[in-house]
Amino acid sequence: MRVLMFGWEFPPHIAGGLGTACYGMVRGLANNGVDVLFVMPSASGDEDGRVARIINASDVEAADITCTPLDFLERINFLRIGTNMIPYVDPEDFTEMVEKDRHSQAEEFKVNFKQKYKFSGKYGTNLMEEVARYALVGGTIAMQNRFDVIHAHDWLTYPAGVAAKRLTGKPLVIHVHATEYDRSGENVNTQVYAIEKMGMEAADRVITVSNLTRNIVINRYGISPDKVFTVHNAVDFSNRNEMEVHRGVPEKVVTFLGRITYQKGPDYFIEAASKVLRYYKNVRFVMAGSGDLLNRSIRRVAKLGIADRFHFTGFLKGADVQRMFAVSDVYVMPSVSEPFGISPLEAMKTGVPTIISKQSGVAEVLRHSIKVDFWDIDAMADAIYGILRYPALGAMASRCGLDEVNTLKWNNAAKKIKEIYLSTID
Amino acid sequence: METKPSICIYFQVHQPDRLRQYRFFDIGNDHHYYDDFANRTILRRVAERCYLPMNRLLLDVIAACGKKFKVAFSISGSVIEQFEAYAPEVLDSFRELAATGCVEFIAETYSHTLASLFSMSEFEKQVKLHSNLVTKYFGKKPKCFRNTELIYSDEIGAAVSRMGFSCMLTEGAKHILGWKSPNYVYTNAVNPKLKLLLRNFTLSDDIAFRFSDRSWDKWPVDADKYVAWLQDAIKDGEVINLFMDYETFGEHQSASTGIFEFMRALPEAVLSQTDFEFCTPSQVIKKHQPVAPLNVPFPISWADEERDTTAWLGNELQNEASSKLYALTDKVIAAEDPELSKDFLRLQESDHFYYMCTKFFSDGAVHNYFNPYDTPYEAFINYMNVLSDFILRVDRRLKQE
Repeated sequence: MRVLMFGWEFPPHIAGGLGTACYGMVRGLANNGVDVLFVMPSASGDEDGRVARIINASDVEAADITCTPLDFLERINFLRIGTNMIPYVDPEDFTEMVEKDRHSQAEEFKVNFKQKYKFSGKYGTNLMEEVARYALVGGTIAMQNRFDVIHAHDWLTYPAGVAAKRLTGKPLVIHVHATEYDRSGENVNTQVYAIEKMGMEAADRVITVSNLTRNIVINRYGISPDKVFTVHNAVDFSNRNEMEVHRGVPEKVVTFLGRITYQKGPDYFIEAASKVLRYYKNVRFVMAGSGDLLNRSIRRVAKLGIADRFHFTGFLKGADVQRMFAVSDVYVMPSVSEPFGISPLEAMKTGVPTIISKQSGVAEVLRHSIKVDFWDIDAMADAIYGILRYPALGAMASRCGLDEVNTLKWNNAAKKIKEIYLSTID
Repeated sequence: METKPSICIYFQVHQPDRLRQYRFFDIGNDHHYYDDFANRTILRRVAERCYLPMNRLLLDVIAACGKKFKVAFSISGSVIEQFEAYAPEVLDSFRELAATGCVEFIAETYSHTLASLFSMSEFEKQVKLHSNLVTKYFGKKPKCFRNTELIYSDEIGAAVSRMGFSCMLTEGAKHILGWKSPNYVYTNAVNPKLKLLLRNFTLSDDIAFRFSDRSWDKWPVDADKYVAWLQDAIKDGEVINLFMDYETFGEHQSASTGIFEFMRALPEAVLSQTDFEFCTPSQVIKKHQPVAPLNVPFPISWADEERDTTAWLGNELQNEASSKLYALTDKVIAAEDPELSKDFLRLQESDHFYYMCTKFFSDGAVHNYFNPYDTPYEAFINYMNVLSDFILRVDRRLKQE
């Protein structure tokens, strides 16, 4: 079985968790006997080609026109409808004609817009344009390759997935790692919302990373529950090296690590920290990451007068992330809305006890983590205090957490994904 | 003349003092630990669904059978205090049962604790306290003993015997009995004066756990069917001990399952169709001779598949909390403060440790049903916050002196 997969990033060049998840998933699929053609906007050449064939969309010739992703899809749709309306032919002939037609359409397509576009692959101001071009190129790639199923990750690649489906007629699986509601709360970007909804509606199956996300897809996007399936993410630690870290401070360290944005709930972490510090002195808090709420967070910490015990590290990546976990005694993920949330798993892998919000998908799979409502700063403070103050708690959460995280394998998740592929083919 | 076989029915009545949500900022500031609202609500609910209707039913049955129906109760001090506060009419109806002369009241630890596993002196103190309470309410000093959750070992049995009890109830655990039948009277391995009655867990759980289980191949059960099982079981033995939580009736098995009708019909069916006589534990040990001593080197209980004490003690959280708690034993005695002693007893209730059990991840919906916390971690944090405050109070009190 072969899958054409549209992604946005792939290790080692990643901005978020999506690339890491794709990597693990593709490896798991390979172990389950599924070949993957992985398309990404801007491959650097040092991606791990052992697990999937990487197609760099920047190397593919396609249009250089200014249009929105939805415009483009309407065009494809229009072309198909325009040429397929041939009355009074028998089904066999019809199929043949349509197939011929489709291929010629795609050829035309290439001839008309014979130009390469260099994708930046980064989230930026002309993102919409990039998404549209990615869709154009996606369509082209779909016509050039043979595969059984199309799989598209997150809204940036939905138009490409939908284009590929319309041009080839192959089933489309949309993978929802996050929705606009997770990223922006109630103030959704309507353009993004429209693309997401279009992708979900066009898809034969929608995979969500948690039941939390599944409910959003069903309730907020109005997608039929029959085609929405939850496959919880897994985590792959095979390339990880254990590291010895020297701690600079004698106090216990409580860590927040992630983008400092509305979605991640940094405010609640700060308020909880301030409560703990009133009763327990032998502790420092660290907020690692950057984001649009960073400055506001710094101001709030200063105003609370806890800045000598509350530290900001800025954006961390690679080994620094692991080092941060290694010096931590408690990891807190107070996300307001987290479709899955892989970072607590990394913390647990390092043996750090975790406190996670109940509004996270990962809370559905973890038992040995303390779960609190993100807004309940009293409960959060209490849990932090509990781990710091009662060593047995941390010891047990650490030991059992490690065992637990070791059982979350991509091979198992990939098996479920493969079953979903198969269900679209019958 | 050959001795007739016996049925010994015993019910456990207990409700814990559930803790309120106690944050660490309360430590040192607020010394009220209990969720009075939840405790009152739950007690009133169980009283209406179980204690009151079931007591009424037993009174009716005793009257109808001409006092041939006998039953035993163990009512923890914790729940008696709650009855006093929230549902005194339940105590009246238990007194009414006591007055029939068909009911035996059994001693246990005052607040349903695990003291027997930690401190024999604390254990004896609590048993005495409970015996006095039972004597005060029901007019008769208990002669039989049952430990919290039927926890038993040779050592505990010997201590119970030293306290003057002649009979103790425990679990007919398979790993202890091996080929032996639970349907005989046994004795303690150290002191043969202490007779042991062993729970027939199959027949007890047929009522307590499986009665309403529609996926069970023997469902539904009626009195005639159950009587046939009793007759079958007694082919190997002399006495069948049916020990269960009293809350089985109307609470764990709701009235709609027909549990009350079943219990109303059972005594009459037994008495009319079989040779069985209903006996209280004290009557059983007078009527039947013990067959052998029973060796139980390590504590057993009636909980879970393992029938050991791992539902309360075993994981790091439970061990830490219980060892910190019992380390206070001597200090609390030295403090001589009635308020502290009272809280110390309540904090010892085994239920608090049960909530910290991680076994329910794999084992038994039973654990979930009884648990007010989402996870054992939350249970531990809350308990340790309360305990931290309690330790502060004890230390302050000792400093004052």
